[in-house]
Amino acid sequence: MTLRHRQAVHGHVDGNALAGPLSELFAVDVTAAEGRCVNCGLTGPIATLMVYDRAPGMVARCAGCDNVVLRLVRTPDAAWLDLTGMTWLRVQLPTTT
Amino acid sequence: MARLAETRRETETARTLLFDVPDWPGHLAGQHVDVRLTADDGYTAQRSYSLSAPDQVELAVQRIGDGEVSPYLTDVIGIGDPVELRGPVGGWFVWRPGTGRAVLLIAGGSGIAPLMAMIRARRLSGDGTPFTLLYSVRTPSDVYFADELRRPVPGLDVTLLYTRGTPDGWLRPPGRLTAADLDPADTDRDCFVCGPTGFVEAAADLLVAHGHDPRRIKTERFG
Repeated sequence: MTLRHRQAVHGHVDGNALAGPLSELFAVDVTAAEGRCVNCGLTGPIATLMVYDRAPGMVARCAGCDNVVLRLVRTPDAAWLDLTGMTWLRVQLPTTT
Repeated sequence: MARLAETRRETETARTLLFDVPDWPGHLAGQHVDVRLTADDGYTAQRSYSLSAPDQVELAVQRIGDGEVSPYLTDVIGIGDPVELRGPVGGWFVWRPGTGRAVLLIAGGSGIAPLMAMIRARRLSGDGTPFTLLYSVRTPSDVYFADELRRPVPGLDVTLLYTRGTPDGWLRPPGRLTAADLDPADTDRDCFVCGPTGFVEAAADLLVAHGHDPRRIKTERFG
């Protein structure tokens, strides 16, 4: 079965599936954070990205324009995180006084 | 490291697994864990499963025919066996008691798991917010948590939507979720939709077309 065929069979999941892998890198939950797509400007929670995970890494695409927003590859001793598809990431934090 | 403590059969192809996890930090209703299995030769496979209870490490797992992880969890693992769990993770698809906003839950198949955690969290916290569950399943024998969902809880309205076969005398013909299954007068709700990708996208589109605020619709797809 080719990769394309497998993905066609299994379809994509969504950004909720990034929560575990990203928890290795970040102290806060990034899936609830909002990001902006560099291609179409759509803004929304990382959890709403379309995630293709039946591959050597995880590829997250914009739900509005299909642009690749985030890629994450885990090797035995490192994580590669590509965020070139995202203009910014807004993480909600507790209010400081 | 988690150890299997108890199991319950939910359907012919699904069971609920309860794990003992030392130092579990607690979790929010709707969060999930990543389960990682490692073979003797070092090959690893990982899948995400929603926690189906707010106060215990409980997973409801459906056996996928060609799956690498689910058949082990539904048919092989025994009481006391260890499993590697990462979590709780996920901070978006969660429900917290005390919002005061009515909730609409829409589940497709085993997508009931995180929504069940929300229903149980509502009951445990004494939250009186109205909850409506629309639960799409193929046939009556595919209903998870059937006994619990049959028991009436004040303020929780459960509607089963059968897609292939119904109980005798059931008025709604078998079929997928349609606009007719939604209450046209009741769109002021926080919505949580979980299920297979196609189901979730169809349900979310229906909600938006029906007048629900897209910003109040949270979705979780499991492929």
